[in-house]
Amino acid sequence: MDKKFAVQRSSALENLERRLFLKRSLSLGALAMLAGCDITDQEGVQRVLMGMSRWNDAAQQWLFSSTRLAPEFPESRITRPFPFNGYYSEDEVRVIDGSKFKLELAGMIRSRESWTLPELYALPQVSQVTRHICVEGWSAIGKWSGVRFSDFLARIGADTTAKYVGFQCADDYYGSIDMATALHPQTQLSFRYDGELLPPKYGYPMKLRIPTKLGFKNPKHIAAIFVTNQYPGGYWEEQGYNWFSGS
Amino acid sequence: MSADQRTMLIHPLVVRVCHWLNVLAVLIMITSGWAIYNASPLFGFEIPYGITLGGWLAGALQWHFAGMWLFAINGLAYVLYGLFSGHFRRKLLPISPSAILSDVRDALRGKLAHDDLSVYNTAQRAAYAALIVLLVVMIATGIVIWKPVQFYWMGQWMGDYEGARYLHFFAMAAIAFIVFVHVVMVALVPRTLPTMFTGKIRHG
Repeated sequence: MDKKFAVQRSSALENLERRLFLKRSLSLGALAMLAGCDITDQEGVQRVLMGMSRWNDAAQQWLFSSTRLAPEFPESRITRPFPFNGYYSEDEVRVIDGSKFKLELAGMIRSRESWTLPELYALPQVSQVTRHICVEGWSAIGKWSGVRFSDFLARIGADTTAKYVGFQCADDYYGSIDMATALHPQTQLSFRYDGELLPPKYGYPMKLRIPTKLGFKNPKHIAAIFVTNQYPGGYWEEQGYNWFSGS
Repeated sequence: MSADQRTMLIHPLVVRVCHWLNVLAVLIMITSGWAIYNASPLFGFEIPYGITLGGWLAGALQWHFAGMWLFAINGLAYVLYGLFSGHFRRKLLPISPSAILSDVRDALRGKLAHDDLSVYNTAQRAAYAALIVLLVVMIATGIVIWKPVQFYWMGQWMGDYEGARYLHFFAMAAIAFIVFVHVVMVALVPRTLPTMFTGKIRHG
């Protein structure tokens, strides 16, 4: 019984990874077609820049402290309205049916049963008022509530010696973070924004709130979480954004 | 007298190497920085796309975060050399405000003399010293923008993340201005240019 379950789950992970691989190949193809006379697109230059980006991943991993906290703010400082951002415009936001929703788990996790929303809401909840910093430069302060992600990882028996935690989202977004950041005390699997159920534009039914990373590293509409040692990449990373992107 | 004895070294090799590496680094940092600025402008204008580096935000960020290592390591080497060799003390001091003003006045009237290339006038000394300070400000504000959580303590000296963004921009503008004046001055006194490659001037 257990074994059968494990087989099912690992094929779910394979599916995820196949999808990720396909996406990666597609973006690589798109990148190759972009080659023009711009110096950034020249192959040798691109290789050096990508190499430096990998080096910057390592540098940031080294600078990252598991105990240093992002500043928290009084609720009076919350930015209203909090800006919407995504790889599509606000009128294309996916509306997800919460009653049928199940969070899937895969990879190096002991208990890979899926979770319904009421089950997730029943876990101990915490709140934070922190600053979201976008890769574009702007910043905004918001309030998120949910379960501390390290608590959730402990509860599902995630192998915290693994390198990466990856996310597949219901809006076809995907991403991944380093395990150290996943275990940071302020990294939160958020179900609520500013006291209300997370509205669709902010990532219903859940987003991962990481105040120690740039905004695009905070996936919304999370549908599946997996733990792995294979670099899973991410939607924007395939287009050139730095993977670690820590604050 | 041999030719060797009639020439004098005014720019040591370290200074020349650091200068040209810094030219490259600052060009990369400013032009890619302009593209990053355009992704979320602080003011009501954008930098013309044609003079930016990186194509779009991701490319610009890659250039910026690659160039920063060249900029910071080269800058650190130069500042350490300048402090410990006595180069800064010899070449950049003294700087008195009244002497700067009279030099600038002379320069604007086209009367500022720069006959002895081994000695900087006060306006030059002030500009070069300001440039060094500004490059340090650039690095400090840049670190706070790049790592506002890990270097939160440093941000407290410059209005946190958002304050650092503005300071980073203003310091860039000041650097661009000094570089512009510097290049105009080189164009007006062209014999200064080869000395930045050879390091030497003929004596007397």
